[in-house]
Amino acid sequence: MSHLLEVRNLTVDFHTAQGTVHAVRDVSWHLDRGECLAILGESGSGKSVSASAVMNLIDCPPGEIVSGEILFEGEDLLKMPSERRRDLNGRRVAMIFQDPLSHLNPVYTVGFQISEMMTTHGEPKDKARARTLELMKRVGIPDHENKFDQYPHQFSGGQRQRLMIAMALAMKPDILVADEPTTALDVTVQAQILRLLEELQAEYGMGLLLITHDLGVVAEVADRVVVMNAGEIVESGTAQQVYKAPVHPYTKKLIAAVPGEGEMAEPVGQDEPVLKIDNLRKVYGGFTALDDATLTVLPCETVAIVGESGSGKSTLAKTVLRLEDATSGAAYYDGRDLVSLPAKELFELRRHIQMVFQDPTQSLNPRMSVYDIVSEAFAIHPDILPKAKWKARVQELLEQVGLEAAHMSRYPHQFSGGQRQRIAIARALALEPQLIICDEAVSALDVSIQAQVIQLLKRLQKELGLSYLFIAHDLPLVRDFAHRVVVMQGGKIVEQGPVREIFESPREKYTKDLLTASPHPDPEVQAERRKARMELEKTA
Amino acid sequence: MKSFLGKRAIASAISLVGLVILVFFLSRLTGDPTDLYLPVDASQEARDNFRRIHGLDQPLMVQFFQYVGDLLRFDFGESIRRSEPAIDAVLRGFTWTLQLAAITMALVTAMAILIGSLAAFHVGGFFDRLATFFSLVGASAPDFWIAIVAIVIFSVNLGWVPTSGTGGWEFWILPVAVLFIRPFGLILQVVRGSMISTLSSAYVKTARAKGLRNRPIIFVHALRNAMLPVITVIGDQAAALLNGAVVVESIFGFPGVGKLMIDSILQRDFSVILAAIMVTAFAIFLMNLLIDILYAVLDPRIRY
Repeated sequence: MSHLLEVRNLTVDFHTAQGTVHAVRDVSWHLDRGECLAILGESGSGKSVSASAVMNLIDCPPGEIVSGEILFEGEDLLKMPSERRRDLNGRRVAMIFQDPLSHLNPVYTVGFQISEMMTTHGEPKDKARARTLELMKRVGIPDHENKFDQYPHQFSGGQRQRLMIAMALAMKPDILVADEPTTALDVTVQAQILRLLEELQAEYGMGLLLITHDLGVVAEVADRVVVMNAGEIVESGTAQQVYKAPVHPYTKKLIAAVPGEGEMAEPVGQDEPVLKIDNLRKVYGGFTALDDATLTVLPCETVAIVGESGSGKSTLAKTVLRLEDATSGAAYYDGRDLVSLPAKELFELRRHIQMVFQDPTQSLNPRMSVYDIVSEAFAIHPDILPKAKWKARVQELLEQVGLEAAHMSRYPHQFSGGQRQRIAIARALALEPQLIICDEAVSALDVSIQAQVIQLLKRLQKELGLSYLFIAHDLPLVRDFAHRVVVMQGGKIVEQGPVREIFESPREKYTKDLLTASPHPDPEVQAERRKARMELEKTA
Repeated sequence: MKSFLGKRAIASAISLVGLVILVFFLSRLTGDPTDLYLPVDASQEARDNFRRIHGLDQPLMVQFFQYVGDLLRFDFGESIRRSEPAIDAVLRGFTWTLQLAAITMALVTAMAILIGSLAAFHVGGFFDRLATFFSLVGASAPDFWIAIVAIVIFSVNLGWVPTSGTGGWEFWILPVAVLFIRPFGLILQVVRGSMISTLSSAYVKTARAKGLRNRPIIFVHALRNAMLPVITVIGDQAAALLNGAVVVESIFGFPGVGKLMIDSILQRDFSVILAAIMVTAFAIFLMNLLIDILYAVLDPRIRY
């Protein structure tokens, strides 16, 4: 009996100017009706390539399918005439993507885009319209009749992904390929979308192919999992097997790197706070982005600010640093109010507070060498270090963050994501600050790299006595790193306290929501969490 | 939208006032029309008389305020040369120019979009290379040279089309063809570049995953998104044509506003120069407005 979809010994190369890259080598997996297969891997592992090959989305050139077969109901897609293959797309095999905003066409209404899936495959227009409305209702778009003629930018991130799902399911496909479907979403929204996918999978009896980097997502929905590294499958089995008894060293390493299992930190002793934020408020037009936030950061303390998008956590960072002017309130550093300090004094004070941003690819100037990037701080604050000593200091800083002196003359694009974030940290350390604000500083990194950067930040805290204001949305990460946690929602601080208190006995419903929505890599624990989530929903 | 239109109108009115002041005084720098229109040995009395009739005897500032006063009553003054209201001569010429520009730009837009899109879809292919080669040649060739060579070949040697003047449709062929080449080359390049980036965008990937055929992928999903930078350039090129394709109009003896403007400058026919500049400036204002409206029509995210 043949499988619904089977990839056999697939090898795909990409011919680039830097030479040929073997994106996947000799990859085999299969998917049956009604089951969910997850392909798990970090960036560059080739986890999306075989799915793209199934959908005929690999551009050739530069791509080349060197060998292998892709059997759909026993027939090889790679040998099929292109017109027949095109017709399978959407009708029998549909796909949803990571970032629904960029994957929906911005200039057409969502109604048009969903019904187009049906008209393309021969449905009459009026029938397509009726089914579109039905689908929009099914995936949970409120007021769906009036939303038919709206454009993608008028929906929230979660709703956009719901619309993508509605579009993908329009022709009742046999297979749904979901490429990182919840990576760009908040945890509570992620939980909703994953549940919707599971429900629909059962309803339609589809095979679900889930591509992800997140072990928690695998634990939540996958029956079987295939682990990929550097273009090869290193391990496969049921989600339970792979988590409980990983065989391959890479899988072991990956599971070990998942945050949320370590010791929680004890509160640091009472001391004069480094930073004291007092009723800080920021209003944009009529919208209150930050509503009377009050918190303190002690010396050598890591205070994590967690919240979903739009919670005001980044606004807090920007107003403290005076990248944006606060509407009211104060933020005292060393007894001086950053919010109202005159420009000249602020300039001097700024060297004590530095920032590390989310995406080092964007926060490092691509046309400056590492030396220029790090030493620019000395050029801006000329009285700190004579020019003759810059080079030695930059070298020292690079070594401190785990890079080498030889890296000084290179440019950001020559480094990996994790290394780039190390450069950004070296830049922040250049002025010997007391406080570093990390705005989602590790969110863009793979789990194993994340763990390394967190280790680095912890070590630097100990060595240099730094305080961190650590803005994040990833709760397990915060659990391992922070001394104290501040939970924000809709511009307001809803709860704050020592890390143990927040994670073990949260008081507020929102904090509980966040904790239960955050997926755990152990399928068993995850099943518990799911139960807790359902109960929380029932009581609400 | 209303406040946007209002703001735009006010900004344009201010520029127009500046333009009138600048052109009024600059054109006076070219000299006294009396020297051109009367014989060299004309008597002082005849000269004074000529100046009085055309209001040139007054001090410059008085002339200026007189002119502005007339303008407010929509009186653009008399043409010295043609002894008719300046605005009549200008509107007559402008009608010709407008037709020429409209025909040319319609052809340019249609062809450039079609060929540019197809070239972008087959990047690096034979068709793309061919299109790129000809568009680059077109965009860089000087139009006065092309005009003259075209006359030599198609009118003089082959005798297919008239050399110059106006009349039936055959008189339009050469001017339109010559004016076509540069904007076509330029816009084709912009369409191609813009289409290459939209064709590699995420929503085109979605369209492919939906099983769409190539034609709707190119002309429905990619093209509309690619049009924003393109219409900016189309507007720019159309503005250049509306200003009067001075060189080409002169070579083909085409009675457009560009030729009229050049003639009026040479003839120191001040009211005609000013009227021509105001009419074309107003036309360009309207066209920019049209382009801004088109932006909002093409992209629902743009709202004024």
